[in-house]
Amino acid sequence: MPIVLVEDLRKSFGSLEVLKGISLSVERGQVVALLGRSGSGKSTLLRCLNGLETISSGRIEIGGHVMSYAPAALRALRKDVGIVFQSFNLFPHLSAAENVMLAPRVVKKTPKREARELAMEMLGKVGLIDKADVYPDQLSGGQQQRVAIARSLAMQPRVMLFDEVTSALDPELTGEVLNVMERLAAEGMTMLLVTHEMEFARRVATTTVFMYKGLVHETGSSKELFGRPSTSEFRQFLGVTSD
Amino acid sequence: MIRPFGSDEILFLFEAARWTSVLSLAALALGGLFGLAVALARVSVSNVLRTAASGYITVVQGIPVLILLFLAYYGLSTMGFDLPPLIAASLSLGIYASGYLGDIWRGAIESVALQQWEASASLALTRGQQYRYVIIPQSVRIALPPTVGFLVQLIKNTSIVSIVGVVELTRAGQLVNNATFEPFPVFLSVAAIYFIICYPLSLIARRLEAQFNAYRAG
Ligand SMILES: Nc1ncnc2c1ncn2[C@@H]1O[C@H](COP(=O)(O)OP(=O)(O)O)[C@@H](O)[C@H]1O
Ligand SMILES: [Mg+2]
Repeated sequence: MPIVLVEDLRKSFGSLEVLKGISLSVERGQVVALLGRSGSGKSTLLRCLNGLETISSGRIEIGGHVMSYAPAALRALRKDVGIVFQSFNLFPHLSAAENVMLAPRVVKKTPKREARELAMEMLGKVGLIDKADVYPDQLSGGQQQRVAIARSLAMQPRVMLFDEVTSALDPELTGEVLNVMERLAAEGMTMLLVTHEMEFARRVATTTVFMYKGLVHETGSSKELFGRPSTSEFRQFLGVTSD
Repeated sequence: MIRPFGSDEILFLFEAARWTSVLSLAALALGGLFGLAVALARVSVSNVLRTAASGYITVVQGIPVLILLFLAYYGLSTMGFDLPPLIAASLSLGIYASGYLGDIWRGAIESVALQQWEASASLALTRGQQYRYVIIPQSVRIALPPTVGFLVQLIKNTSIVSIVGVVELTRAGQLVNNATFEPFPVFLSVAAIYFIICYPLSLIARRLEAQFNAYRAG
């Protein structure tokens, strides 16, 4: 049974149709790379998957929940679906550990001590135990993004969404974030990630989805897709980005 | 009989200044409470609440605080609510403050980046939890300097309630002047006492502002 199932998803902003009938099925433990030119709807698709955007039509099932916009149902879904953004979006008034602890404490009512232990465990996963009590503005971009990943993981989600999480980073800092993601993938986390890191997608993603003009244009195992891209658009996309 | 302006009179002014402080605190408490409600209504998801709060802010800011005072004191008494002057004064100053604090705080809440809402929503926080743990703590930083600045205005504006017979600092000054006919020493003393109350607050506001700007730049 797929852990993510998207059926004929359409999404318009006003009169602009951005997603034009996306269907997608992801099995537990799969790592799916979403590729495509800027504006092809990748972010919109990810944001639809955790209800940050409401869909115009179609159906989404994710992490055992059917997408519904009733507040309680949406919160239940979001407990099981984590998202990490390009711009980190840490809470600037909270230390790294407090950022990670907040949702477990507030949403899951985890006692403070346990929440702190959980936060340390998650910060350990991303290699930032020593930064637990540091505030976001004292952290590098790569460190902030790793805290953001730890913050999502602390809710113990079944699916993780990543939207160009290394795009805002200096090139020398992308590696540390990609390493964390690769380890997460190796641990069996189900992941959907939008990325421009072709090498990472080819190596780590089990499946690649190439989006073009609001549709899934080409999809299959990463090995197959990168080895023998079958559409001219995907070939052109690979050529353009590897220049 | 004309008395000289001496230490008794000064003491009388300081005692009256207590009422100025009481009025300011009452207005701040009331205005803070209403103001928070107005600010939250102004940024709520409900159209009706937003419109109502925006109307409230516009109306309150458009009415001289003196007229609010007359409405609370004379107006309500014709409807059978005979409020003691101090209560009527607190009420009208509180409403006046709520119109401004509501607006200041709305601005502060709105200045928190949309991404903070999205990040906290994605962690399954309820709207109330988002406000409490993510949005308000960040807004407070932004709102504190203008709030303290407004408080200084509020303290000075308590002088208008002398008109309905509350013997606060300004009214006390008038009484002393009537007895001594020494307007310069009397009203300079009154001014000095207002200054003593307000200046530390102005200093705090300025320091907070500087701190906040440093935080933004840093
Ligand atoms: N909130 C929005 N309102 C209007 N148009 C939007 C909004 N978000 C995205 N779009 C438009 O949707 C299209 C797809 O955007 P996006 O999903 O961000 O693409 P990608 O992530 O692949 O670059 C773009 O044309 C973009 O301008
Ligand atoms: Mg995008």
